[in-house]
Amino acid sequence: MNIWLYILVSAAVSYLIRVTPLVLIRREIRSRTLRSFLYYVPYVTLAVMTFPAIVDATQSPLAGLLALIAGCLLSWFGGSLFQVAIVCCLVVLAAEWFLI
Amino acid sequence: MRYNNAGLFPFPVIGESFSPTPDKKVVTYLETNRTCFRAGIRDGIPIALGYFAVAFTLGIAARNAGFTAFQAFVESLTNNASAGEYAVFSLVAAGAGLWEVAIMTLVANARYLLMSCSLSQKLSPDTPLRHRMLIAFDVTDEIFGISIAVPGRLNPWYTYGAMAVAIPGWSVGTCLGVIMGNVLPLRLVSALSVGLYGMFIAIIVPPSRRSKIVGGLVLLSFALSYAAARWEALAGLSSGVKTIILTVVISLAAALLFPVKDEETEEAAS
Repeated sequence: MNIWLYILVSAAVSYLIRVTPLVLIRREIRSRTLRSFLYYVPYVTLAVMTFPAIVDATQSPLAGLLALIAGCLLSWFGGSLFQVAIVCCLVVLAAEWFLI
Repeated sequence: MRYNNAGLFPFPVIGESFSPTPDKKVVTYLETNRTCFRAGIRDGIPIALGYFAVAFTLGIAARNAGFTAFQAFVESLTNNASAGEYAVFSLVAAGAGLWEVAIMTLVANARYLLMSCSLSQKLSPDTPLRHRMLIAFDVTDEIFGISIAVPGRLNPWYTYGAMAVAIPGWSVGTCLGVIMGNVLPLRLVSALSVGLYGMFIAIIVPPSRRSKIVGGLVLLSFALSYAAARWEALAGLSSGVKTIILTVVISLAAALLFPVKDEETEEAAS
């Protein structure tokens, strides 16, 4: 089958998933439970996606774990988004230098 | 829509919080949007670098599925989804039909539905339709993450700034992955791949320090996510599906047990 058809279908589905809530939910939601739910969603979903994925992303799981710990510590003590991301990368680079 | 000025979109609330001189109430809207756009570019650069590395490896999968460099470029440009695109490439490689691709894209990307719901509350209710439709184009884990972390309301121009660097990084990365294959050393790919998680960490840790509930939820999410990934009975579920189920269950339980006061949701994730 033509590959362009696959591209068209996947693009349309991806966009519809994202645009529907943004266009349909125009007002502030009043329900306290729903507001609380949406307040917690970002933290929970990002945390779920971070661990154990960070450990599986690196060649050595220990390097990923070290990056996680270093990133958490730096962020806890005020590191910026960019600093934390770079330090995580450097920790993996350094750790795998010795581990692999 | 209550917008009547042509071209310059006022977002005064954000404008003040983003202004380098927050005490000054006189901030022109042009400066405000421009400042937000620049801030978005600044925060988007690490995302673009991380995307480039991940997309590069994705390009290898695209090549295996029979995509040309240009087709892979367009796929990434229009989809902006790592897991979703990976699913598409593997399905096409396996000779699947269009329906299978549609359903798999839906499942792999369903978490963006939740993110868009959250994001809809982060925008001012006055935000015009065209902004909503443009932002929707690039609701990804990372762009969503930094957009929701902005103090106060979200000015769409902040997200556009991040998109302006992240989308080229993502689509060009995929394209080069098809062309150059395995040129990037594995060591470097491995190191760059955690950059994205570093950004997630930088978003979830500061609020965890401020709120014990959020901190507890983050630790609980780590633990349950680890259990779900390692528990063999769940091996048949994709990581995207697991993410959705865990997100809904944990957030819903938290919302019922610890409903937040309105002031907290007002400053949503600031």
